[in-house]
Amino acid sequence: MKFFLQNVINAVQWGSFYSLIAIGYSMVYSILMLFNFAHGDIFMVGAYIGFGITTLIIGICAASAIVLPNWLILTLIIIISMFLTSFVGMFVERVAYRPLRAAPRASAAITGLMIGIVFETVILAMLGAKRVSFPALIPAITFNVGGVFITNQKIIIVLVSLGLMFALHQFIKRTKWGMAMRAMSFDFVVVPLMGVSINTMAALTFAIGSALASAAGILYGIAYPVLDPYMGIKYGWMAFVAAILGGRGSVMGAALAGFLLGFIQIFVAMIFPSTLRDLIAFSIIIVILTIRPHGFFGEAYSARLRL
Amino acid sequence: MKALKIILIGTLILLIGVTAVFAGGKKEVDVITIGVNAPLTGDIPKVGEGTKFAAQMWLEDINEAGGIEVGGKKYKVELVIEDNESKAESAVKVNTKLITEDEVLVIVGPQASKQAVPSGEVANNYETPMVSPWSTNPKTTKNRPYVFRGCFLDPFQGPVVANFIKEEFGFTKAAVLYDVASDYPKGLAEFFKAAWEDLYGPGSVVAYESFTTGDADFSAQLTKIIRSGAEFFFSPQYYNEVALIVQQAHQLGWDRPIVGSDSWGSAETVELCGKDCYGLFFSTHYAAAGARGATKEFIDRYNAKHGYVPDDVAALTWDVMHIVEEAIKSCAELTGDLKKDRKSVRDAIAKIKEFDGITGKMTFTEDGDPIKCAVIVRISDAGEFEFYKSVCP
Repeated sequence: MKFFLQNVINAVQWGSFYSLIAIGYSMVYSILMLFNFAHGDIFMVGAYIGFGITTLIIGICAASAIVLPNWLILTLIIIISMFLTSFVGMFVERVAYRPLRAAPRASAAITGLMIGIVFETVILAMLGAKRVSFPALIPAITFNVGGVFITNQKIIIVLVSLGLMFALHQFIKRTKWGMAMRAMSFDFVVVPLMGVSINTMAALTFAIGSALASAAGILYGIAYPVLDPYMGIKYGWMAFVAAILGGRGSVMGAALAGFLLGFIQIFVAMIFPSTLRDLIAFSIIIVILTIRPHGFFGEAYSARLRL
Repeated sequence: MKALKIILIGTLILLIGVTAVFAGGKKEVDVITIGVNAPLTGDIPKVGEGTKFAAQMWLEDINEAGGIEVGGKKYKVELVIEDNESKAESAVKVNTKLITEDEVLVIVGPQASKQAVPSGEVANNYETPMVSPWSTNPKTTKNRPYVFRGCFLDPFQGPVVANFIKEEFGFTKAAVLYDVASDYPKGLAEFFKAAWEDLYGPGSVVAYESFTTGDADFSAQLTKIIRSGAEFFFSPQYYNEVALIVQQAHQLGWDRPIVGSDSWGSAETVELCGKDCYGLFFSTHYAAAGARGATKEFIDRYNAKHGYVPDDVAALTWDVMHIVEEAIKSCAELTGDLKKDRKSVRDAIAKIKEFDGITGKMTFTEDGDPIKCAVIVRISDAGEFEFYKSVCP
């Protein structure tokens, strides 16, 4: 039982990253009908921006002898990084996707991949191939709850992820912007005729997706404090799988599928030899997709934005 | 559209022509070119950096002496340092390029077995001598007369670690966590398991868990190891993973020893891992703290120049550069016929029976593998690599 609970906790933390990244994929798809393959690298850039801001804030605090509590620093970092990374997302949309909006889908997908490689190379050129160590903002405190080990970091990661997902849910459901996004995802030919600008909506979608990816990047840096320029590739693909599994366009689906993917990976490793982990995990996903080709919350012939 | 097509084809032809012109340039005869195949980017850039710095330091010495003298004639030396991105396929490409385009006399590197095993194949096929300073996997040199190395082998390192733990702690139940997609950790994990089972019989390795390159979360595997009742675990991983594995193990409540191998010996291990790694042991090629003689001279010089204590890769590269130098010097002459010269350099390396390097005395077997002592290092409470024990074959 202890063993089982410990793995549940492992999986929830692991799934949080997939969920936050997967939501970005799903939202962009619902508006523009394309997968933003640079998204994994935006996650990476977000983590690096977080790293930069953290170093900066810690430096300023040390220089001016201001003592800020760590939770405040973390909140500041997440907010500033999300803000800055959303511009990275809008930049990608402006440079790589808007000029190709009328082009074949495959061309847009390729530009996405190219932008991803550009980001990796830029980070590589700026910081060198050396891995950077994310500053230990929140020193890990391990709690032993009846033999199950939980760290304060895990709690923060899961709470912040859920908080952001809830905020996004409210935004899409209650605000005018959210309504416009949902409308746009129904029909991006007709809705612009009603006075909603597709350019604005596309930029907004990219901004939100990238901001979430950035938050995921910072949380990732707290849990796994070794950053490298290629870290986005693997998580990008995994989150892409989660987005498909959840059903294109479904925010809730992407979030749940992200957690599901985390659970599958952790529990397969728990039951079977860990060498077979991805083999079995992805076989399970193939089976799921065979039974539900549109994912859990997907709809045939439509990828409209849903909660 | 037609104009575009013509432009496209024209550009391609031009590019091919330019490449051909550059590639066709004939090498001067009195220059010896040595290729270095190093992971300057990718998973283990610190290893590449150590390789590059050590090789360049060696070149400085050579240049100061005016070159290498072979058969009464002085030759200038040129290094071609190429990046293999820590990828097996790129390392193979780099080797091919060094051999066919740069026309090197001998190749130093690649470092990690993941790249050295497949690259050795290429060097051997092209009959170009290659010496890997750091690759400990037996496959690198096995049945390859043109491939050599500067370090001990994993079939030796595995038992060294197993015996050390037996003597030091008296443990009987072991666990292993390794990367199944990389030659070095996989090979070493197997050798360690075999050595441990030799000591305590089958079933004494209570957990044998793996992951694949690029993973950052090891919680499922670690939870399994913790449940298995192992008294320690062995993780022959590179420095970037070491930090994550050790930290996550501690966060999951693991408070027993974690033991590593020579891949831990990077200058960056402690920087990434922090206090979590203090007090842990690993086996390696040399220990910087408390070094004497030529080893100390090298460490001080490197430290003065680059601002940190060189790791084992740098020290081994330094030794290998000198082995190569000695071999080239002992050739009767360099004819300018690359094929012949490569052959005579290979024979010269194979003839070296003993070498006194900064990582210890080595004697070479017929396979081109050195027999040398291993060192057990403890990461001190100040984060330094402390000499703990020496284990000789």
